[in-house]
Amino acid sequence: MANVWVYAELSQGQLTSTSLELMTKARELGDVAAIALGSGAKNAAATLGKHGAKVVHVNEDAAFDEYIAEPATDALMSLHEKEKPDLILFSFTPDSREVAGRLAARLGAGLISNASDVVAQGGGFVAKVPYFGGSKLASMKANNKPAIVLVRPKSFEASESGGTAEVKQLDVSVADQSKRARITERVAEASEKVKLEEAKVVISGGRGLGGPQNFPMLEDLANALGGAVGASRAVVDAGWVPYSMQVGQTGKSVRPGVYIAVGISGAMQHTVGMKASKIIIAINKDAEAPIMKMADLGVVGDAMKIVPALTAAVKAKKKG
Amino acid sequence: MKIVVTVKQVPDPNLNLTLEADNSISREKEVVLDPGDECGVEEALQLKEAHGGEVVLVSMGPERSKDAIRKGLSMGADRGVLISDPQLAGADALLTARVLAAAIKAEEPDLVICSTESYDGSTGMVPPMLAELLGLPQLTFAKKVEVNGSSVKVNRQTSDGYQVVEASTPALITVTAGIAEPRYASLKGIMAARSKEIKQIGLGDLGVDKGQAAETIEGVVDAEARKAGAVIEDDGTAVDRIVQVLAEAKVL
Ligand SMILES: Cc1cc2nc3c(=O)[nH]c(=O)nc-3n(C[C@H](O)[C@H](O)[C@H](O)COP(=O)(O)OP(=O)(O)OC[C@H]3O[C@@H](n4cnc5c(N)ncnc54)[C@H](O)[C@@H]3O)c2cc1C
Ligand SMILES: Nc1ncnc2c1ncn2[C@@H]1O[C@H](COP(=O)(O)O)[C@@H](O)[C@H]1O
Repeated sequence: MANVWVYAELSQGQLTSTSLELMTKARELGDVAAIALGSGAKNAAATLGKHGAKVVHVNEDAAFDEYIAEPATDALMSLHEKEKPDLILFSFTPDSREVAGRLAARLGAGLISNASDVVAQGGGFVAKVPYFGGSKLASMKANNKPAIVLVRPKSFEASESGGTAEVKQLDVSVADQSKRARITERVAEASEKVKLEEAKVVISGGRGLGGPQNFPMLEDLANALGGAVGASRAVVDAGWVPYSMQVGQTGKSVRPGVYIAVGISGAMQHTVGMKASKIIIAINKDAEAPIMKMADLGVVGDAMKIVPALTAAVKAKKKG
Repeated sequence: MKIVVTVKQVPDPNLNLTLEADNSISREKEVVLDPGDECGVEEALQLKEAHGGEVVLVSMGPERSKDAIRKGLSMGADRGVLISDPQLAGADALLTARVLAAAIKAEEPDLVICSTESYDGSTGMVPPMLAELLGLPQLTFAKKVEVNGSSVKVNRQTSDGYQVVEASTPALITVTAGIAEPRYASLKGIMAARSKEIKQIGLGDLGVDKGQAAETIEGVVDAEARKAGAVIEDDGTAVDRIVQVLAEAKVL
């Protein structure tokens, strides 16, 4: 069996959902050891065990929470010397990708970024990497040991497989020279009731909404459906809504049961973040907008009229 | 303060990308300075205006990447370095980072500024690799940068807000598109850029050997595309249709 590592990312003590998605694939590819660093690591180990990790290496040193990338790179490096994994999986998320990049450079190994799948082949690993706006899929064979692959969020579904992980204390003391880029403050701007990445319904607004004053209209619909509100980059860059709402290549990836794109044209960089949704509904003035070519239902019309009417209809249906 | 900005030439994002016969992204079309890197140049120029110093642009690419450097020089950067070598065609992130690191090391900058990811490559891997190879801390996804003597502070964009991250210089920063609106080059700037130095060097000058690529591309297929469904005009029944779809999808 191949020796597979999963870098389990913790965010303020909580295991990220993408880490559990990686577990689904990792346990298919070999014996899985997860590495969890920072506060909450021991708690996370139990969850990782349920998702198929045989071993979880933990270390709860506060340096992992406080400093960007370098302490984690040191820890992985020191474990690598002992364990020599065949494959290391990282999430393609800001925190993980910085650790992956530093580790690959320190190992002189290189890596494969932005993958949507990994398969075992001929004793090695091949990653599937979407490119050209997601319309092409390249198969890339990793030439190094360890193969290092970064996987896009929402590529796999997290599921429990049962089991308990052996928890091992990872013996590493973080060197002072790795304590450099220090997080001194955390500011939360988003206070969504339903997390965008986890919502069953996502309603996203684009430039077609005309201005920030029309976003509450989407909030109303989202509230009625128990969903969350997203946005295109055009309106985030324009400052209408915060970045935390951005869906797409440089924002979040979502795959809800229903995605409703309101006044969004459907540029490749947007659709790459939502095209795995089960059902896509588009509301757009322009019948020729690219989003219409991928929507299950495209409604040609004025969002200002359709959205409030839809919200009313949804509320009525719920009551009745 | 000496600031190095990494700049890359990419296909014009305002035109649709096209593919070559071998499925690589065509670079024959109009090419421009990466819009992300343009923001990096702007941020560097603002820091120079506030603190004094020099802004040096470093790029790796074919010879015509000089145009991308020239664009940054016309905005106000001081000089450029281009690493160009036929052996570097198709370089992966690690080789790119090794080459850039060798060239940047010689400059001994206080700050290195990159963009979070390139428009065409989009791996976002060059900056962390570069930071590691240069032995620098990395302050990433910056939407605001402040320099105070030998310390630097950024607001780092996160999925639900931002973090304040601090380090001492020298350091590497990656900037997001929201950080600063790139200025237009003035006519005077364009004229002045013509006489600014762009030093061109090859792999041999840097003492970097090519090494082995991290991956081999085995094949490319069309990704499964979604099929278009029904497109209807809003004739008054559209809301009912949407409600029906929501009900079928069991979200209502
Ligand atoms: C490197 C890079 C990364 C990027 N990353 C992302 C990303 O992560 N996410 C992202 O979204 N974009 C991203 N983009 C930007 C992307 O290319 C598009 O520019 C952007 O998605 C367009 O946003 P939009 O659809 O809101 O605006 P537009 O393209 O302007 O579309 C507005 C739409 O609204 C419709 N409309 C107008 N009025 C009405 C009305 N009253 N009712 C109904 N419809 C109406 C119009 O017909 C039009 O189709 C990226 C670009 C680059 C270069
Ligand atoms: N060939 C290159 N020359 C100069 N800078 C580069 C090059 N490749 C990548 N970079 C820098 O690294 C950033 C991220 O690129 P990437 O890792 O390809 O997504 C870019 O925006 C540039 O600032």
